[in-house]
Amino acid sequence: MNFRVHVRVMPRSGLLDPQGQAVGHALQALGFHETRTVRVGRAIDLDVTADSRDQAEARARQMCDKLLANPVTEDYLLEVEED
Amino acid sequence: MVRVAVVRFPGSNCDEDALRAAARAGADAYYVWHREADLRGADVALLPGGFSYGDYLRSGAIARFSPVMQAVQRHAAAGGPVLGICNGFQILCEAHLLPGALMRNANLSFLSKPVDCVVERADTPFTHAYAAGARVRLPIAHGEGRYVATDDVLRELEAEGRVVLRYLPAGTPGAEGNPNGSLRDIAGVMNAAGNVVGIMPHPERAADPVTGSTDGAGFFTSLAAWARTAGAGSRA
Repeated sequence: MNFRVHVRVMPRSGLLDPQGQAVGHALQALGFHETRTVRVGRAIDLDVTADSRDQAEARARQMCDKLLANPVTEDYLLEVEED
Repeated sequence: MVRVAVVRFPGSNCDEDALRAAARAGADAYYVWHREADLRGADVALLPGGFSYGDYLRSGAIARFSPVMQAVQRHAAAGGPVLGICNGFQILCEAHLLPGALMRNANLSFLSKPVDCVVERADTPFTHAYAAGARVRLPIAHGEGRYVATDDVLRELEAEGRVVLRYLPAGTPGAEGNPNGSLRDIAGVMNAAGNVVGIMPHPERAADPVTGSTDGAGFFTSLAAWARTAGAGSRA
């Protein structure tokens, strides 16, 4: 079965996110005053083959722990959908 | 003669400077390509600066899985000295040979300028040519040099005296202060055993009078002299 895994990698809350701050300032300057905080992360889409949704998610989790996210500085979220 | 393996990744760009600085200090320095599986009898492994694999994903994240890094891991585990400079430091953190990580500079700028640092540990394979507390001015050239680690790790580093190099804090006369927002003004750390050291500044760019400063030469005279006396038995 084919699955698409959406991985969202975000800077760990509590750590300074200068990119997010800079984007937040730019949005304020453009008049989007309702913006309170902005954080900038990374989205990674994986097309994978797996026997089941659970297997696809388990493998993607291993990929995140090994390579896609840095456990010191980042958290990640996974979403799996059938292709 | 001390054998120094300068590891080249696709995107390394301080490899030649590092090799020349090591050779100038009297070492037998040679390149090892990232596809190679051993360090060819190196006493010292040196991971130079640059942008390995284009800094894709995160600085150092992909270089970590190069075949040569397994040889570096073995060398480090056997007590062999390993020095990572700039991108080399980032790779050592990604490889978990050093704790913590290096994030985007607090002011988002790529910084290329001399900074004032203090050598806090003068008993490592790479710093024993300095006196503890020596003040050195070294060039930095990085966009992602802000050292971060968990509070527990920071406490451990401080308690064990594993901050090797620290930016002179703001307010120090004549110094501009921490350039990138590094926690605790950290510019370089070592592992618990003291044989693996990572630093963000570039001593190889200040190791020859022709570049205007020799403040960084001590890193290379250190590694050459240290291995000559203590390096036997640590060949990988």
